[in-house]
Amino acid sequence: MELVEVNQLQAAIDSFVGKDVYLHLETTNGSYASHFNEGFFNAGAFIRNVVINFELGKVVGDSPHRVGLKLPQGWVYAQGITHFELDEEGRLLLAGHDGTGKLAVALQLSETPFSY
Amino acid sequence: MTIPKERHVLVIFPHPDDEAFGVSGTITTHIQQGTPVTYACLTLGEMGRNLGNPPFATRESLPAIRKKELLASAEAMGLTDLRMMGLRDKTIEFEDDEKMVRMMEELIEETNPSLIITFYPDFAVHPDHEATARAVVRAVRRMEDRPKLHCVAFANNTLDVLGEPDVVYDIKPVREHKMNSMKAHISQTAWMLEEMEHKLQNGDTETENWLTMERFYTYRWDQDFE
Repeated sequence: MELVEVNQLQAAIDSFVGKDVYLHLETTNGSYASHFNEGFFNAGAFIRNVVINFELGKVVGDSPHRVGLKLPQGWVYAQGITHFELDEEGRLLLAGHDGTGKLAVALQLSETPFSY
Repeated sequence: MTIPKERHVLVIFPHPDDEAFGVSGTITTHIQQGTPVTYACLTLGEMGRNLGNPPFATRESLPAIRKKELLASAEAMGLTDLRMMGLRDKTIEFEDDEKMVRMMEELIEETNPSLIITFYPDFAVHPDHEATARAVVRAVRRMEDRPKLHCVAFANNTLDVLGEPDVVYDIKPVREHKMNSMKAHISQTAWMLEEMEHKLQNGDTETENWLTMERFYTYRWDQDFE
């Protein structure tokens, strides 16, 4: 993965506009967050292989970036994106890594289903 | 405590690397004593968070990396019967409970273990650990002739509630095997190993003890979790 270069990422997002695409969206603090810090309120969310079709997608902000996808009747949104990759299978993988390299957020788009 | 000879040992954990820290020395010792050991690993740790900065992996390339690491860990332990059960990381608690019990029953029926090693329900911290532990305990509970059930517990309240572990093995003779098992899972353990080696070099006895003693609680059927 590379650090987000806004113009490149924007072009990659644009290439998925108007297509049925499989979505992976994930935020996480890790399952051990409340074990190491007992007062910590651990929240996260995970969606994989839900099909969406968006009409507009934008990457905004200085790093870490925010990425929003406007659907005909809704929204998909991720905050904290630092890295991206258009992989060998043409999938757009966005990730937000914290200072220690741990994944905090992921937003991925693919025209074919992600593996189970 | 010396490790008794078993008929067959069945180890059941959800994540590649769960075996490395707590039980790899015990596994290696059983194997060296001629006891067959089966390790059933339920997922490939697909949701692991250690991806590096700069990243060495993506969400999609991580499972293949962790599968290779699991195979390397098995080799380091001398383990030849490794089962990858095909579930997905962080989803086990949402699977059908009866399906999970059935999976455990099939492993038990096939391997006929005299000892099963897994996590201790309610003292295993991670939701996948807890779900695995519940399924194993439920499967064993239904058996007429129950094998020994040794459980790993590491919740913050473990000592307060369960007291000291009743099974403690000194695995110093196979210390290197254990080190190599932990090193095999380098994508997840690099940061921790670096810190540990630093402490060991400074003669930290707590770390040395943590590394060379493996601790289990015999499951307490008289205080069953449900």
